[in-house]
Amino acid sequence: MTDVLLAIGTMKGLFLARSTDRSGWELSELKFPMNAVYAVAIDTRRDDPRMFVSATSEHWGPSVFHSDDLGKSWVEPDKTAISFPADTEQSLERVWQIAPSQAEPDVVWAGSEPQGLFRSTDRGEHFEFVRPLFDHPHRPDWGAGYGGAAIHTVLPHPTDAQRITVAMSTGGVYRSEDAGASWSASNTGVQVIFAPDQYPEFGQCVHKVARDPVDPDRMFMQNHNGVYRSDDDGHTWNSIADPLPTDFGFAMVTHPRRSEVAYNFPIIDGGDRVPPDHACRVFRTEDAGASWTPLTNGLPQDDYYDIVLRDAMCTDDADPAGVYFGTRGGQVFASADEGENWAQLAEHLPGVLCVRAAVVG
Amino acid sequence: MCTLVLPQALRGLAGGAKELDLDGATLADVLDALAAEHPVLARRIRDDQGQVRRFVNLYVDGSDVRHCGGLEAAVAPQSEVLVLPSVAGG
Repeated sequence: MTDVLLAIGTMKGLFLARSTDRSGWELSELKFPMNAVYAVAIDTRRDDPRMFVSATSEHWGPSVFHSDDLGKSWVEPDKTAISFPADTEQSLERVWQIAPSQAEPDVVWAGSEPQGLFRSTDRGEHFEFVRPLFDHPHRPDWGAGYGGAAIHTVLPHPTDAQRITVAMSTGGVYRSEDAGASWSASNTGVQVIFAPDQYPEFGQCVHKVARDPVDPDRMFMQNHNGVYRSDDDGHTWNSIADPLPTDFGFAMVTHPRRSEVAYNFPIIDGGDRVPPDHACRVFRTEDAGASWTPLTNGLPQDDYYDIVLRDAMCTDDADPAGVYFGTRGGQVFASADEGENWAQLAEHLPGVLCVRAAVVG
Repeated sequence: MCTLVLPQALRGLAGGAKELDLDGATLADVLDALAAEHPVLARRIRDDQGQVRRFVNLYVDGSDVRHCGGLEAAVAPQSEVLVLPSVAGG
């Protein structure tokens, strides 16, 4: 029996779903009511998983909580978990990403709005500001996408603690090869359609980047117009958009174990943010983007206008892998067979901002 | 010592207390004293730069501090500092 936990972050709070067969799900009551939950993480590096939630109240500001009992109780450390130093003249708006490092047992990274990066060495209880990225000479020219000026993707290398990749809207991809001491823009080949120079060094509006589970130098990117793959740890990027119905979207997710397998939810365009053919379809590649297959069994195919945001799709680590996504309209769909068949897990939730799933027992 | 009056939403961060007695000659002093005793609660009211959050309203003896000195508003020993969430959200 496999006990799977799915954390669902929404515009108005957190839901937890549990299942022992990934068919029947028990959905919790709303937690953190009236808080927008932009990031969740389930840290399974130890036998006792730790959960993280980034919760932002319109009134009372942002907080990061953790739980060591799978969401029954939550702790917010007395000392500020994540905050900008006074001399930055910045204040935390929200945390967009919480990423435990596979290369370092107690290290957790966090990306924020405004664009900031933070590193914890005590399993996410206290964080230190990563100053060199904030001090990067490009920072004054980084911009804000519609969702805000955020580092929304943090990808620590799974075996080399020196190498970290982050992505931001807008700004693009930046990489460090010295544990965060210095950073370089890494957007070669990634197009922008909203500026005269279509291939700038930086300034891209990257929506999501996901790393291959077997070959860590391979990454998949959903850009603001453009779907790309890198085979050299993000140094260069090549388009893999042609087989997809469109090159716009937000989500990009890789398989937990199988190389070259990724999932994507295409949207018509930045100016027409509904799914192509008005059908709810997840596209999966099993050959690193050379071809993409629509996955539709169990998903609504007629008059469908809902979309999936950048962190609202995920896989679990079961075998076969489960795949999950939530929509702006508050539906959650789950597949227990790598995307072949889907069932609706929940509906009428607040808009879904993020999902994360893991085997917890 | 002034009295800080908390809204329902924040009382859980003060052990359930509706009111807290705090020292301070200015609003900033009072909020600094709050941060020393209840750091998580204080973060709900002020941001990383120490500014009062956009949708938090503070009143000293009935006057909105945004119109009477902000964080430098004078607080007397018998003053009441009222914390209220503004109208926001959807």
